[in-house]
Amino acid sequence: MISIRVNGEALQIADDSTVENLIAQLKLNSKFMAVELNRRVVPRAEHGRTRLAADDQVEIVTLVGGG
Amino acid sequence: MTELDVKPLRLGSHHFASRLIVGTGKYSTFELMRECLTISEADVITVAVRRERLVDSTGRSILDFIDLKRYTILPNTAGCFTAEDAVRTARLGREILSGLENPGASWVKLEVLADKKTLLPDPVATLEATKQLVADGFEVLCYTSDDPIMARRLKDAGATSVMPAGSPIGSGQGILNPNNIHICLEYLKEGDPNYPVIVDAGVGTASDVAFAMELGCDGVLLNTAVASAKNPRLMAEAMRLACRAGYLAANSGRIPKRLYATASSPEAGLISAK
Repeated sequence: MISIRVNGEALQIADDSTVENLIAQLKLNSKFMAVELNRRVVPRAEHGRTRLAADDQVEIVTLVGGG
Repeated sequence: MTELDVKPLRLGSHHFASRLIVGTGKYSTFELMRECLTISEADVITVAVRRERLVDSTGRSILDFIDLKRYTILPNTAGCFTAEDAVRTARLGREILSGLENPGASWVKLEVLADKKTLLPDPVATLEATKQLVADGFEVLCYTSDDPIMARRLKDAGATSVMPAGSPIGSGQGILNPNNIHICLEYLKEGDPNYPVIVDAGVGTASDVAFAMELGCDGVLLNTAVASAKNPRLMAEAMRLACRAGYLAANSGRIPKRLYATASSPEAGLISAK
């Protein structure tokens, strides 16, 4: 297992996990979200081949009401 | 199209029938928001980009209540206090909207704030973020104060539209300095009459929208005035009508203001006791 930070919180994931694996682990609906890894957007098409490493900073965002 | 129709609003690569842009925040329910969006007849609606809730997610997304074929989504960078955060947020918004194949993927409503109490924009950081986002291919709709010099700087930096605040965000004070909005319009449209200028923020009621349009603005962006009204549905309709009324008035060539009265009824033919 390795430790990463997702939306500011520590999270344990399996070694060699991809962004896609992370989204599945969190049971999130990937249709409405975007992922940033270490301050760079990871395009949807690359979720399956982008591997996460220890201490990676991940942001997973969605759209909410706003003005 | 007749002379009584409102001409389409052109914003960069986009064209819209409505000149009213409405936000989706602060509604008590998604259902009420959806109703108000429909009543307002807006074509563009703003949203914010926020962290996904990793636990306790309700499973309900605002996007389940928005017709993505009907509306062009305008993601904002509200709440960002640095150029870097605003640029990151804009890119994340683009990534979501690209995935949804919504035309809003091309643009962003840029807000870089300076102060939590006033929510006034940080002009230096706003200019910096505008440059970065324009270089990154975004059409930048730029929230700014009503400072005409800053407005001109943002246009020069490549902003698709400059959007001066009428008064502080959510304050409902309307347009506090119409002279500044007037100068912004003059400066931004000089030699470029179709350059779009939108009043963004401060609207409290329908007359504020009509006034902005009468000043010659191309559109108005509002949220709280509808969402937090006691009856948001009525206010959404009022805003729709005010936007149309103000637009038509602005294009009708209003009479000059005069100090003294001029009678509307003829003087000839009056009955007289003499």
